[in-house]
Amino acid sequence: MAALTPENFERARAIVALYPKARSALIPLCHLAQSQDGWLTPEAMEDIAALVGVTPAEVRGTASFYDMLHTEPVGRHVIAVCTNIACMLGGAYELLEHAEEHLGIAVGQTTADGEFTIEEAECLAGCDTAPCVQVNHRFFGPLDAASFDALCERLRSGELGGDVPHHGTLCRVERAVGLLATEGERGGDER
Amino acid sequence: MTDTAREQVAPQTIQVTVDGTPVPAVPGELVIEVAERAGVYIPRFCYHPRMEPVGMCRMCLVEVSGPRGFSLQPACYVRVADGQEVRTSSPKAAKAQEGVLEFLLVNHPLDCPVCDKGGECPLQDQALSHGPGESRFVEEKRHWEKPIEIGPLIHLDRERCIQCARCTRFAAEVAGEALIDFAFRGAHIEVAPFPERPFSSYFSGNTVQICPVGALTAAPYRFRSRPWDLEQVETTCVTCSVGCRVAAQSSAGRLVRYLGIDSEPVNQSWLCDKGRFGYEAVHATNRVTRPLVRRAGELVEARWAEALREVAAGVRQSDQRFGPGGIAVLGGARLTNEDAYAWSKLAKSILRTDHVDAQLGDGLPAELVLGLPRATIDDAVHAKALIVLAPDLREELPVLYLRLRKAAATVPVIECSTVPTALSEVAHVRCGYLPGEAQRLAGALVGDGSIEEIPGADPAEIERARAVLSALSGEGSDAAVGDGVVIVLGRPSLAEDARSIAGAAALLQRALPGARFLSVLRRANVHGALDMGLAPGILPGRVGLEAGRQWFEAAWGELPSDRGRDARGILEAAASGELSMLILLGADPIADFPDAALARHALEQVDLLVAVATHRDASNELAHVVLPVAGADERFGSTTNLEGRVTRLAPKVVPPGVAWPAWSVAAELARTLGNDLGCSSIETLSREISRLAPAHRGIDLDQLSAPERRDGIVAPLAETPVTLLGRRDGTSPRPIDPMATPGIFSVEEQGAPLGAGTALPVGGSGRRASSPEGARPPLLALGGLEALGLGGGAPGRLDAYSFRLVLRRALYDHGTLVQASLSLRGLAGQAVLAANPHVLEQLGVQAGDPVRCKSERGAIEVPIAPDASLARNVVVLTANLDDGANALVDAGSPVTDVRLETLA
Amino acid sequence: MITDAPRIVTSRLGHSDSHTLERYLATGGYEGLRAALARPPAEIREEVDKASLLGRGGAGFPAGRKWSMLRPAEITYLVINGDESEPATFKDHLLIERDPHQVIEGTIIAAYALGVAQAFIFCRGEFALGLERLSQAVNEAYAHGALGRNIFGSGWSLDLVIHPGAGAYICGEETALLESLEGKRGFPRIKPPYFPAAIGLYGAPTVVNNIETMSNLPWIVRNGGAAFAALGQGSSTGTRLFALSGRVERPGWYELEMSKTTFADLIMDPSLGGGVKDGHDLKAFIPGGVSAPWFGPEHLSLGLDQDAVAKQGSMLGSGSVVVMDDTTCAVRAAWRITRFFYRESCGQCTPCREGSGWLEKILRRIEEGAGREADLDLLMDACDNIAPGVSWPPQQTTICVLGPSIPSSIASGIRMFRDEFLLHVKEGGCPMRDAR
Ligand SMILES: Cc1cc2nc3c(=O)[nH]c(=O)nc-3n(C[C@H](O)[C@H](O)[C@H](O)COP(=O)(O)O)c2cc1C
Ligand code: SF4
Ligand code: FES
Repeated sequence: MAALTPENFERARAIVALYPKARSALIPLCHLAQSQDGWLTPEAMEDIAALVGVTPAEVRGTASFYDMLHTEPVGRHVIAVCTNIACMLGGAYELLEHAEEHLGIAVGQTTADGEFTIEEAECLAGCDTAPCVQVNHRFFGPLDAASFDALCERLRSGELGGDVPHHGTLCRVERAVGLLATEGERGGDER
Repeated sequence: MTDTAREQVAPQTIQVTVDGTPVPAVPGELVIEVAERAGVYIPRFCYHPRMEPVGMCRMCLVEVSGPRGFSLQPACYVRVADGQEVRTSSPKAAKAQEGVLEFLLVNHPLDCPVCDKGGECPLQDQALSHGPGESRFVEEKRHWEKPIEIGPLIHLDRERCIQCARCTRFAAEVAGEALIDFAFRGAHIEVAPFPERPFSSYFSGNTVQICPVGALTAAPYRFRSRPWDLEQVETTCVTCSVGCRVAAQSSAGRLVRYLGIDSEPVNQSWLCDKGRFGYEAVHATNRVTRPLVRRAGELVEARWAEALREVAAGVRQSDQRFGPGGIAVLGGARLTNEDAYAWSKLAKSILRTDHVDAQLGDGLPAELVLGLPRATIDDAVHAKALIVLAPDLREELPVLYLRLRKAAATVPVIECSTVPTALSEVAHVRCGYLPGEAQRLAGALVGDGSIEEIPGADPAEIERARAVLSALSGEGSDAAVGDGVVIVLGRPSLAEDARSIAGAAALLQRALPGARFLSVLRRANVHGALDMGLAPGILPGRVGLEAGRQWFEAAWGELPSDRGRDARGILEAAASGELSMLILLGADPIADFPDAALARHALEQVDLLVAVATHRDASNELAHVVLPVAGADERFGSTTNLEGRVTRLAPKVVPPGVAWPAWSVAAELARTLGNDLGCSSIETLSREISRLAPAHRGIDLDQLSAPERRDGIVAPLAETPVTLLGRRDGTSPRPIDPMATPGIFSVEEQGAPLGAGTALPVGGSGRRASSPEGARPPLLALGGLEALGLGGGAPGRLDAYSFRLVLRRALYDHGTLVQASLSLRGLAGQAVLAANPHVLEQLGVQAGDPVRCKSERGAIEVPIAPDASLARNVVVLTANLDDGANALVDAGSPVTDVRLETLA
Repeated sequence: MITDAPRIVTSRLGHSDSHTLERYLATGGYEGLRAALARPPAEIREEVDKASLLGRGGAGFPAGRKWSMLRPAEITYLVINGDESEPATFKDHLLIERDPHQVIEGTIIAAYALGVAQAFIFCRGEFALGLERLSQAVNEAYAHGALGRNIFGSGWSLDLVIHPGAGAYICGEETALLESLEGKRGFPRIKPPYFPAAIGLYGAPTVVNNIETMSNLPWIVRNGGAAFAALGQGSSTGTRLFALSGRVERPGWYELEMSKTTFADLIMDPSLGGGVKDGHDLKAFIPGGVSAPWFGPEHLSLGLDQDAVAKQGSMLGSGSVVVMDDTTCAVRAAWRITRFFYRESCGQCTPCREGSGWLEKILRRIEEGAGREADLDLLMDACDNIAPGVSWPPQQTTICVLGPSIPSSIASGIRMFRDEFLLHVKEGGCPMRDAR
């Protein structure tokens, strides 16, 4: 597992430059690193620490506060089943149980082939389609046992590759424009 | 209260009511502090008086009146307002406090019987005083893997943790290196280092001390004792010259723990790990326990009388060969003041030699240290500007580093250093320079000389530094120039001659006559030893040999006629056969003198080498006679820190074998020589110092024993009025706080160990020397460059194939103390030669490859390591690791230039 | 009766390409901004004040008043709260994904009114599509001259950064959001002194407003604050986007005139909620996100009005209504909501960190059949130690109001369905298990 690639390192610098203080870029950089490797490797965390001027312990400490950032490897598809009140009323726990059985893993685990990780999620703001599921943060719902199985099949076959990129890929649109308002007055001035 | 609040003590007071009692307060004070002053203890966990409040644990909830009536507020966070009413134990407040405690215990393992903290645990104590009587929790508790090692000295039990963030805040806020941080969220929060980088901070032990539960424990203390089996005494740490106040704790006759005491002017409760855990050296197996004499090439045990007779014979022989002056005394910086005084008196009045030096060529000229106007740590942290011309303070004087690091938030710091240090990070300006150019750099800083063309320096940085200084001179027209500036002065590199630094200091003093100096010589009592005259040309109480001759001859008898040699001179003289006898006072010149070859040669040349020592070391391996003396925590006396602050030492354990305090070795040796040192006890010595030594007038052990003087007295008394920020009189702003420093208990009541002192010989006649007639001699004052004979010594040009050597020190090295401490010895780093990555490229070597580093003096082989922060013409080695780097240094030359060769 | 109020924030959502700049421009996009730029900032602030636009993030504080509290300083910031994670709330999600330009235009207008040169939109990280659309829209807005230097030739400049969250409910709390935006863990700050308007992002005065709040601004500038205030009544003016979920026939989002529409309308009207699912009976409903105390059928006739709901001891909060019917177990519902707070507590405050977990365990025990009668008092007393008095709005022993929101569902459940709780204890488990 690698530290940030040279391209991503450049990208990281550009992200740091968006903020009045470098540390603000910490979470965006974690997303960047995660889109590279699917999770936050120690090497990437060390790179991020150097880029934003904190210790690696602080990067890990901060990142692990957030559910979306993984300091341990996860599957290529992270399936998050919301079980919060609206989805629970729509049968989310039954769906989750089915998911565990179908994939043969418990919540928090990854299938042996590294394909799927199941998470129990809090409300994903998709309550009108309860029970609602995210795969790598792309929405699906409402799902029942049959449609869940079908979804897994399509994911496994790669049919949904375009809609559901590998885990960690968040925003595929990069900022194309610069700091027009205040450019030159900042850019990691803390470092 | 924080330092800022301290400054505005200008008594603009307001009225606050705490539980019905009116209390005057200063705006900005925290409710918890004001209540404490009123005698009302509010329970707390996350609050620590030496850190910024965070109001997280919610234990300190009290009812506070505001515009909209009473509300529950964290007393550690809310600042008082005029007319405010505080209810700390109203039904509502009490219920909230009980509630918080019950919540804290919900997931606490309650494994008190096997917990180090059990018995001195704030969670236990407050559960008793402010908690609910019984537990209503019947569910399964949160589980973690039991203690995990998070650093070489620290274990963490996450089940016990109450998430107060004291340790993580200490690491980030006080130590300035967040090597541990909270990880995860909510109930899953845990304190965690980065897995690949353990919590190996020089300050890690503090987190154990401030942990309010038993979550963090120190490897050296784990399961060693129960709090109720501990005895303790308050004393001063003698690991370095900061002189932190500590509680030394023992169990069954062995030291088991040091805790930092909150001494306002000095350590403010913090310790470094070397000081905290170095007590292990006291019980090390290489202690000298009996006198040793060399018989047929071997050192064998002997009786005191026999060993002393051997030394006395050597003295007589030397007298015959050379007359007075054939004997030299090296070392003394690890003695007590009273020891140092006794040896100074023995050397100068009985042995009649002035070849005496407590420093080992690794410090600064004594006249300079004693003659410059002095600053305290307090002066430094409240200075208008700080100029730091010193080694890496984190490596040498860690707690001073903490104080200055914190000060850098408000005081502009100008650092002058050959290589970046830990302080560089927070310095406002860092002026680099090439070793040997300190004097020119100093000149440029104060506008005396060009700012261009100073090797290794960046004119832009010098410009910025000058701007900082000139911004000050605008204020207060009648103040002397430089008023409020404090210059932290030390020896940045052992491979850079002291003359360059002394020259810089003298220049700065002339240009900034109002500035004061904080000397950062490293060894524990080096300042006390210099004060007591263990230096050439110096007599006790900071007077020069000539200025004090009449006064001291009246009291002591005849003194040497001429100024003697310093350490280098002594070793050179010994090496060339001009000395007959050398006495090492706890000194190890082979390890510590910058020119190892010279040191070894010198020790081998003398007729009689006598070592007065606590531990076996490389130098006393060569001795003819080794005399065992009491060390840290085994003796009464006083010690002097880098501010000139004199504090009391107290013994906690008995010296091993037949070791004596060093002063009585001096007294007995005098007697063996048919003389009388005139001191029969530590008290008489102490009184004699206070009577005779001009800078120490009025300072003796009786004075220092007064409870309100536990933070010591800065000598001289008259010149520096002591602010008595008493820690223990009930009205003090900072009484011993069981929550801030759990584990420290009534230090007043416990004293020396049973039996300490009974092993001491009763020497001398007890004759009391009375004060001589006439005026006391004046204290030394620096007479400028010329007076010090500091001309010359300018380095030559660095040729294109050479690198200038910086020889720095690391906190953990192969020195006697570190190596004698089981927990610390493994922490000494690998010897490496650090160089700019460009240098590695040029040589065609990789990080870790061995290279040969060669000077005029010697050569060593050492792995190379890249360091991008270094200039390309400088290489850095660390003294006293296992590579023998001090063999490279030529003590006689202003700088040491080396060449690098690859090993094919 | 459903009113004929205009759709203010959802007017474009019928179009499948509502998120594109083309559609936006074709439907009056950025005209509000142009109109605003033609007037001095103070006048814009006046319009917003006149509109009596209540913040849509949960606390319902009037935007105009919040803006007036911004401490004057050389550097100030505007931060838009798009972290929407209050359970059952999905309106900002919708606005971000389906009309990102409207969010951006509103943000620019607010920045202009406030004289801010740097704004951030903090978008919940789980909204991957939303982030892509927002980012795309920001790129387009720069290209269109609506962002960046010299906006629409006005001489005024603004930089806008889209900041992705990373999954933590607490970051919706405005001070935690600022911490997170500073690259730290989302620990809420203590108020006072950390009111964002006084000490906000990087210590500078900062206005934090919700996505929906911003989405109203283009309309308000174009139609005037008075027109907005003419809708609704009292302090609840304009329309609001309601998120309806749970046991109803037609869960979804509905933009409704405030005050003049009732909960009954929202849940029962065939054009809206369409009634309780499968013809079951309404048991209870949550009027404004899971932090809010529950309402029963007797509250159906209440208007969707901030003050009216507050007067009845709950809150309109984030505008999300969850319907529970007679198949819903009150203990299980309270347990799941408590579990949410347990999982999302930031962990700073002992009562919230430890209390949430303890309460969750007790409720689970009751649901699973190991409850004791004394547990009801224990639940209430532990709640009391988190929120003394267990009333609404709550008092607190904690830093932020996440902690004191925990008791809402527990106290509601015990107050409204005490017998059902006791039945769990008596029968050793959930009597409705089979109904599910
Ligand atoms: C625990 C907690 C969570 C919150 N979550 C959100 C949220 O997801 N989105 C939001 O806009 N406001 C949320 N808020 C409210 C914000 O703190 C803040 O009041 C709001 O963003 C201000 O915007 P407004 O005035 O436009 O409503 C939350 C508050 C708390 C205490
Ligand atoms: S109440 Fe809970 S979420 Fe809010 S600050 Fe405290 S611990 Fe964090
Ligand atoms: S909140 Fe005041 S001591 Fe922890």
